[in-house]
Amino acid sequence: MSFKIASSPHQHNQRSTAQLMRLVAFACLPGIAVQAVLFGYGVLVQLLLAIITAWCSEALVLKLRNKPILPRLKDNSALLTAVLLAIAIPPYAPWWIIVIGTAFAIIMVKQLYGGLGNNLFNPAMAAYVLLLVSFPLHMTQWLPPLSLQSVSLMPADAVCAVFSQYSCSGFSLTQLQSSVDGITMATPLDTLRTDLSRGLTLDESLAKPVFFAFAGTGWLWVNLAYLLGGLVLIQQKIIGWRIPVAVLGSLFVLSAIASLAAPDTMAGPLFHLFSGGTMLAAFFIATDPVSASTTNRGRLIYGALIGLLVFLIRNFGGYPDAYAFAVLLANMAVPLIDYYTRPRTYGHRTRSER
Amino acid sequence: MGFSQHTGKDGRLSMPSLFQQIQAGMVWDFHGGIHPPTRKQQTNQKPVAVMPLPDRLYIPLRQHIGVAGQLLVKAGDTVLKGQPLTQADNSMAVPVHAPTSGIVLAITPHTGAHPSALPELTLVLAPDGKEQWREREPLTLASCDNMTLLNRIQESGIAGMGGAGFPTHLKAGVNQPVDYLIINAVECEPYITADDLLMQEAATTIVKGIDILCQLLNPKAVLIGIEDDKPIAAAAMMAACSQREHYYVRTVPTKYPSGGEKQLIQLLTNKEVPNGRRPVDIGIVMQNVGTAFAVAQAVLDDHPLLSRIVTVAGDTLSQPQNVLALIGTPVSSLLNFCGFQSEPKQRVIMGGPMMGFALADLNVPVVKTTNCILAPTANELPAASNEMDCIRCSNCADACPASLLPQQLLWYSKAKDSEKLVEYNLADCIECGACAYVCPSEIPLVQYYRVAKAELREQQREALKAEQAKARFEARNARLEREKQERAERNQQLAAARQQQQLASGANNAVADALARIKAKQAQVNTGAINTEAESSSVATQNASAETQISTDKAAILAERERKKQQAREYQQQKAAAIAAEMKAEQHAATDVSTNQIATPSDSAAAANSNSTVDSKAAAVAAALARARAKKAAETAQGTAMPAKADADTKTEHDNDADPRRAAVAAALARAKAKKAAETTASTAPADTSNISTEASSQAGSDTDPRKAAIAAAIARAKAKKQADSENS
Repeated sequence: MSFKIASSPHQHNQRSTAQLMRLVAFACLPGIAVQAVLFGYGVLVQLLLAIITAWCSEALVLKLRNKPILPRLKDNSALLTAVLLAIAIPPYAPWWIIVIGTAFAIIMVKQLYGGLGNNLFNPAMAAYVLLLVSFPLHMTQWLPPLSLQSVSLMPADAVCAVFSQYSCSGFSLTQLQSSVDGITMATPLDTLRTDLSRGLTLDESLAKPVFFAFAGTGWLWVNLAYLLGGLVLIQQKIIGWRIPVAVLGSLFVLSAIASLAAPDTMAGPLFHLFSGGTMLAAFFIATDPVSASTTNRGRLIYGALIGLLVFLIRNFGGYPDAYAFAVLLANMAVPLIDYYTRPRTYGHRTRSER
Repeated sequence: MGFSQHTGKDGRLSMPSLFQQIQAGMVWDFHGGIHPPTRKQQTNQKPVAVMPLPDRLYIPLRQHIGVAGQLLVKAGDTVLKGQPLTQADNSMAVPVHAPTSGIVLAITPHTGAHPSALPELTLVLAPDGKEQWREREPLTLASCDNMTLLNRIQESGIAGMGGAGFPTHLKAGVNQPVDYLIINAVECEPYITADDLLMQEAATTIVKGIDILCQLLNPKAVLIGIEDDKPIAAAAMMAACSQREHYYVRTVPTKYPSGGEKQLIQLLTNKEVPNGRRPVDIGIVMQNVGTAFAVAQAVLDDHPLLSRIVTVAGDTLSQPQNVLALIGTPVSSLLNFCGFQSEPKQRVIMGGPMMGFALADLNVPVVKTTNCILAPTANELPAASNEMDCIRCSNCADACPASLLPQQLLWYSKAKDSEKLVEYNLADCIECGACAYVCPSEIPLVQYYRVAKAELREQQREALKAEQAKARFEARNARLEREKQERAERNQQLAAARQQQQLASGANNAVADALARIKAKQAQVNTGAINTEAESSSVATQNASAETQISTDKAAILAERERKKQQAREYQQQKAAAIAAEMKAEQHAATDVSTNQIATPSDSAAAANSNSTVDSKAAAVAAALARARAKKAAETAQGTAMPAKADADTKTEHDNDADPRRAAVAAALARAKAKKAAETTASTAPADTSNISTEASSQAGSDTDPRKAAIAAAIARAKAKKQADSENS
């Protein structure tokens, strides 16, 4: 009789990497649903395109690298990258935007660095930055919430718009972007930024219809939905609390100080927390384990750094939102952060005690 | 308890001391840890079963960390129960005993209870079923001093029963002051309930064992750590300790690996064992609860460590339970006793699921450290099969009780970056397996660390070896340099001395002198030859050691000198032969003649032997041989031929140092020639020629240069022939 020889431990926690990735993708669902309902179904078309592209690119590179294809596709990491990129870009961006972005994320950012676990940068965010820098017009064409749109869009219009940039009834994206009174509308962050630069006060700007309560119309709900998903992830111990808390905390503190110092020209903390991609970034993007810091103290520093960069770029930089840049810059700092935040090993003294 | 309200002398609120906190029932926490399903209910409700005697017991001679004792029995011996099979001859040795009476069948290598499954020396015992005890001498705690107790603990074969197997008498006999004696009854591994059952059934004996350990260590307090999933055991221990003032039973939350030595110290005292130190350095000694029980049995009943409780668990067993098994019981018997139904690709694990090792064959015996035999189904403990890439989720770092960064260690292990592995404290990994347990990518992290640790150790050993080799090499170079200088100095002195001598003898032109001597070779040597003897030997040394420094001219001179020396010897031999013939080669000739100026062959042999490195025995033998041969030769043949032969033999003997083979060949040649010469001519002269050739060839043997030897031999032969011719004519 032959006995199976295995190395200890012989017992194993049954939560696999594939499950983790899948659960993170599932936790995006509330946010995706709110996005689809409030901003139209473009996001679903983007999702579909992104996932297909991601699988194809992953399979292609794995084949070139002579790696087993199916087991690695099943780890769901490509799927998650696709989902995150698809919900980050404008829902009616042309189809090739998402295809280029996803292919870049998988092939260049992930696989060329050695595949899962070896990429220095967050693939979705690196792709987002590539797209934003290469196609700034398409990447800023966010439609206003359906409630503010002059032309009501049907689900089929989403497909038409993504593939042809015209709705099925022939409206161009620019036309769709215009409000009832014919003014082209930008995202709340963009609007605020433009208004402030034109000399309007915060209150004057916030009176515009793109704003609702303390944040943008629609965007508030999207952020709340991602917050919900993120809290579920923390509760399920799929992500740690440190990075989201540090991101949101530093952004909150900085914007609070800023708005106290200059109440007329600086948006308050609640506006920042519930505008743009704050919650998505804090819970789903910054927490990407591969490119984030791995030590507990390091994670706090990493998160706080992202919050700081977002605050700086939103208020003083050239882009209305800044998560992609902030995350990539923080990714670069990770090796350094990790090295200097190593925990004290049992029985050893810390560097300062030595 | 109000310790937080405790006020210091200065009236301000002060922090309660550690001891006060401990007394107040405080329990701390350690970093990391995991909560695997404990699955202890399979076995913790059933009493300990006693197994019938197995057919064979396989008792490994070494079952602890240390060295095996000296074997006291041999195959075929009948042994009594409790009889020591080995004897501890030093402090790191712990004996093993016959678990029952029976016959020693063999002492042979047998698969060991070790992950490597390497065979180790094992005594095979066939029980006779009589259970006959040896004589027992129970001790009482009051009547014993510490030395007696420690000896009894060592002689009873007790080594840490929690898993490590460290000799208990060493831990119990520390000289440093001990604040806390911690009794480890945590048993944090899933499945295992051996200590649980022991406490449930024998709490009072355990406490007696703790009493003994207390007498040895004299601690301030005894802390008994039990996980909170063993309420019955904890209650039993509390009841048993109720009469002891400084025994504190502390329940700790169920978390793996609370039972690790360092982790339990942290849990119960909030102290960390500093890196590279032992617990006793911070005033703590930890003993397993099973060890305390064994100590009580050994001291109070003189019952050495013959058996232990083993948890036999897993879904392939119809009756999972705790079994009191004799040391040496094969795992197969134990499993069969519990109704084992094996699966295809069955795993059988010795130890718990977290740190145990899979067995390759079931003849492995239960040893002193075996606390569990696990035979799970594939569903019960699915094997980690598909290793994926690390996604740096650092769940492992969160689980690590040593606060290491396992994902970094994995990275550096794969990269074989030993510098970084040291920097990230790989050595502090206790291999508990918590990291591998939580890893979502199912990476066998512990296995990577084991390999990396082994490689690190190997590298350090290599580095040490290289350093030593370097030191040796440098020392050798220094020595060679020193010797070279010494030689150069000596050569200079010798050269100066020689020049003076040459000047004194009037030979200004060395070459001319040499030529003259070559021409005058028939003229033979006179009394001056003896003077040159000493010189020529020193020249020979010089020749051998400093050849490169000597010019060709000098070489010629030396060759000449060598030849001259030979001629001197020949002369001497002739003379000696004559004398020897006169003396009829009496047995004590050697000692008598040694006082004379002229050396007889036997004497020269003795002298050579006393001077050379050959030991006195060899010298005596050689001398005896020479004498015997000399006598024989003297009796049978002409007296003149004999000493030559004897001389040849002794010479050969002397030359053995330089090159025994060549010398032997030369001697043989010489003997053959001598024989031939003796046959062809009956006169004394041919005997002389053989003498000459023998002398020459054996002399050549001592030289390191074979060419020179050949030349010398040829010259000698030619001379001999010429001489023979002239004599015959």
